[in-house]
Amino acid sequence: MTSSVRTVEAAPDQSTESQYNFAYLDEQTKRMIRRAILKGIAIPGYQVPFASREMPMPYGWGTGGVQVTAAILGQEDTLKVIDQGSDDTTNAVSIRSFFEKTAGVKTTTATADASIIQTRHRIPEASLREDQIIVFQVPIPEPLRFLEPRETETRTMHALKEYGLMHVKLYEDIARNGRIATTYAYPVEVNDRYVMDPSPTPKFDNPKIDEMAALQLYGAGREKRIYAIPPFTKVKSLDFDDHPFEVQKFERPCGLCGAANVYLDEVILDDKGGRMFVCSDTDYCEERREAGHLGDMAADPAAVSLTTSTAGQDAS
Amino acid sequence: MTAQNFTQNSSSALAPGFDTPVVDSQSCFRAIMNAMARPGQTQRFTRAPLDVPAPLTPLAAAIALTLFDYDTPIWLDPDLMESSDALGYLRFHTGAPVTSDAAKATFALLTSPRHLPDLSTFAQGSAEYPDTSTTLILAGQNFSAGPSVSLTGPGIRSAQGFRTDPVSGGFWQQMQFNNTSFPCGVDVVFASDDEIAALPRSTKITIAES
Ligand SMILES: [Zn+2]
Repeated sequence: MTSSVRTVEAAPDQSTESQYNFAYLDEQTKRMIRRAILKGIAIPGYQVPFASREMPMPYGWGTGGVQVTAAILGQEDTLKVIDQGSDDTTNAVSIRSFFEKTAGVKTTTATADASIIQTRHRIPEASLREDQIIVFQVPIPEPLRFLEPRETETRTMHALKEYGLMHVKLYEDIARNGRIATTYAYPVEVNDRYVMDPSPTPKFDNPKIDEMAALQLYGAGREKRIYAIPPFTKVKSLDFDDHPFEVQKFERPCGLCGAANVYLDEVILDDKGGRMFVCSDTDYCEERREAGHLGDMAADPAAVSLTTSTAGQDAS
Repeated sequence: MTAQNFTQNSSSALAPGFDTPVVDSQSCFRAIMNAMARPGQTQRFTRAPLDVPAPLTPLAAAIALTLFDYDTPIWLDPDLMESSDALGYLRFHTGAPVTSDAAKATFALLTSPRHLPDLSTFAQGSAEYPDTSTTLILAGQNFSAGPSVSLTGPGIRSAQGFRTDPVSGGFWQQMQFNNTSFPCGVDVVFASDDEIAALPRSTKITIAES
């Protein structure tokens, strides 16, 4: 896999937030989004159209997720925002401070302390609870879009539950690669009905959204869609009998905290090819180290510097 | 200008809405959302009850103020239609247009749910846009009366017991049929004095043998 570098863009404009309503959005917009959320919950995996608003940040920043969070957020909530598993990237920090300023809510990096978790590209390693809500930032909500560009056609496919094209695509993967090569935004079928894009999370996270105790809300700002998965809903990753769905496996545990069975990022330590694999979920890794778990690289000076600043590259 | 400027008579059409609209409507929405996400589990609405003209109830009115606006045609049952105060209250606080065509309603509000029309008369949504369906709101419910039903489906871990009263005679059979229309069909929100429950179209209903 190629590594992707997180892009640093201009920070959202937050200079005039004091003139805005609680959580920025006006009440009419919140009502419209709230109605869409209720429909999304009632029809799990179906993409509900909504009149997405301009937000004081560019689309790539997760305006769909931000609008969903703004519509559900209350004074009692504690918000956590992650980007690729980290609370400290520019995107996560900006969104967190946006809600601190416009809603005055408490924020946290601890998964267990959050009532709402807004995320881009990861699901926390710690199991979420029934009293938590996870909000996903979605760039392209339509799982069939790259197979069929016309909205009228994909809508008809969903209406008829005609998902043959998607299976053909996955099967071509197998023919070409000997396995299903899709590793992120891996399509799922929700409640035996709708095929859904779980957002660009690694397929490693797909099993977490099956029968998850927390309510899942998905917001796509540019594409103007909201969808949802209620708690304890069956979510099946598409596969074939002779090629069952499998998650990525990592050869070694996290170099910092020793955790196995978690999603790891590759981190380059020096220009001599030194590298290590560490938890993508920085809060999970920190909590494990605080509890005394140490990985085999934990004492390495180059690795120690990582625990004070966030790694910035994907791997695997 | 607020409704309070017009009148002190709180049971009239110009009775006040939420004290703190942003906080109260968010709190009410979360109760509705949690109810929809957990079919059959009641959610408490903890904000101060509204003082509303009969036959509206405080919690049904709170739900109306939370969800209705200019964009949502509403269908009201005959008891509500006969009350000019209740009509005026909803019009003043929500601006929602009233329709007599149940099949065109985004929401249906019923204060006499024993006389609920057949669920098939409301908007069911289309195969392409199943979200264009009616959400019914039944006021004055008692969650410790009525026949027991067992619920399964999204939002429910194994099985969830539920009962509510009053509803129409054929209501539970109609709700079972409603589920077979999934992804089309209506969603139903139930309001007691201080609690909200919901049954989305995705819920499979088993009526206990009596
Ligand atoms: Zn770790």
